[in-house]
Amino acid sequence: MEGWDRNTKSALTQIPLLSTRAGPRDGAAWTQRLKEEYRALIAYTSMNKAGDNDWFRIAAANPEGTRWEGTCWYVHNLRRYEFALQFDIPVTYPATAPEIELPQLDGKTHKMYRGGKICLTVHFKPLWAKNCPRFGIAHALCLGLAPWLAAEVPILVDSGMVKHKDDEASSTES
Amino acid sequence: MEEELKSLLQDVESLQRSQTKSPDSIDEMQQKVVRIMNLAKTGASRRSKVKDMSAEVVDSNPYSRLMALQRMGIVENYERIREFSVAIVGIGGVGSVAAEMLTRCGIGRLLLYDYDTVELANMNRLFFRPDQVGMTKTDAAVQTLSDINPDVVLESYSLNITTVKGFEIFTESLKFQGSQKSGRSTGVDLVLSCVDNYEARMVVNQACNELGQTWMESGVSEDAVSGHIQLLVPGETACFACAPPLVVASGVDERTLKREGVCAASLPTTMGVVAGLLVQNALKYLLKFGQVSPYLGYNSLKDYFPTMEMRPNPQCSNLACVERQNEYIQTKPARDAAAKVKVEAEASAATEGPLHLENDWNISVVDDTEMETSNASSASGALPEGLTHELPSADKYPESLVVGEASPVVDDLEDLQRQLDALNAL
Repeated sequence: MEGWDRNTKSALTQIPLLSTRAGPRDGAAWTQRLKEEYRALIAYTSMNKAGDNDWFRIAAANPEGTRWEGTCWYVHNLRRYEFALQFDIPVTYPATAPEIELPQLDGKTHKMYRGGKICLTVHFKPLWAKNCPRFGIAHALCLGLAPWLAAEVPILVDSGMVKHKDDEASSTES
Repeated sequence: MEEELKSLLQDVESLQRSQTKSPDSIDEMQQKVVRIMNLAKTGASRRSKVKDMSAEVVDSNPYSRLMALQRMGIVENYERIREFSVAIVGIGGVGSVAAEMLTRCGIGRLLLYDYDTVELANMNRLFFRPDQVGMTKTDAAVQTLSDINPDVVLESYSLNITTVKGFEIFTESLKFQGSQKSGRSTGVDLVLSCVDNYEARMVVNQACNELGQTWMESGVSEDAVSGHIQLLVPGETACFACAPPLVVASGVDERTLKREGVCAASLPTTMGVVAGLLVQNALKYLLKFGQVSPYLGYNSLKDYFPTMEMRPNPQCSNLACVERQNEYIQTKPARDAAAKVKVEAEASAATEGPLHLENDWNISVVDDTEMETSNASSASGALPEGLTHELPSADKYPESLVVGEASPVVDDLEDLQRQLDALNAL
């Protein structure tokens, strides 16, 4: 965990760890896992709100809890950049991490796999593998997506690949 | 063909201008149309299906060189290849070439899985053509392969096997037996994994462990200069989840293993070599010739080809793998008996009586199997002096340490969903 900033580290220690090793095909055990996922997400979201560091919304998009959709945002130079967020729970979960997708950024950065899957290989996958099955969706957002946004959004904005929605509206009007 | 069409167009234009002498030029146009049709016919000349593989050496026989393997004494019955079904997961740099090799070998049936489309960035590898850009990889492959060998039954599955839905279709298609009768438990004889990521490999591993399906894994390193193939027989050899990934096992920082950025390098040569090694091993496994390699590495910088064997991990985190291992252990007496019968049959076939009448030095043949078992017992039990096991030899990992730690708070899924929704609405 060396190389991580203090805020991420302290947030991580406050997210409840999970204990059930179960994937979407494991029936009742998956329901148990899903409850733990919710508990961790609720804890992380309320922690962010309390610390005035709210940065995502996520909810299950199907009753089985195998697909999740929402939004995430990042503030750069006092402006808020918001992106749609989605992922599927893989059948081999939690042995393999969810592949988080930001479909709006597909093709705009090479730190991404096809379909807008953000690259987690270096900074996140080893951590996930070492902490299986204790890490869940909340941990993937905290340690996977958050650092990716912090590293990529400033570059995307400064290079003009991503425009703020106010600028986009005015440029199409003129 | 293009020239013909152009001149036809000119004729039509001139016809429009001068409508007086139309009958002649219409005749001319008709002839040209017939010529174009003939051209189109020759362009799409596909050979018809072949009912039986013939060993006859004539230019028109697509299988003469393959059937010659029988005459050379390499393969006992080559024609059996038409009974085999092979599933290839991942139709990329390795998978597409493997599919072409098996097609040219006259394999019975090929199932192709991929969710991607052909891109210009794929053109540094073999098989796909620039005019196929935009097609799904499976459809483009079926297009080319059915032209090369219409005898092969091709099935195209354009889907992502890591999703719950995709996995269902994947396992169902592997299980589907069809009308033909065979001794196998699934609908395929072998699964070849030619995917490019850990998640997909774990999914193929999961499916094959559950089905008890033998499969082969292949891979090319990100720097495009080394690769490997591996045979995985559920319960008998290590599964893909038996050994943890290097980063977990050794605790090294993965940044030392992988360079920054997502774009991996690839070479048509390395991919072709690995595809060749993979299909060669598959042919040896299916047609029963030579030795099937349990693992074969390829380091192209030093032209080094390491081989090794990997036993399954009794503490494997994949439950289906542990189940297959137990089944394999239970069938051990039957396997031993069969092996003994075979050895005895061979021994009785061999000439009886001593080769040499004199034996001044008391040289005798020691049974290999006895040596092996004594080695194995010393490896599992007492270690040589000076060596110690790093880890305790527990059969079960005590995983029930944290159970029931956080459970008593809220235990209703809908209630938890409502709580998260409420937070989201704020």
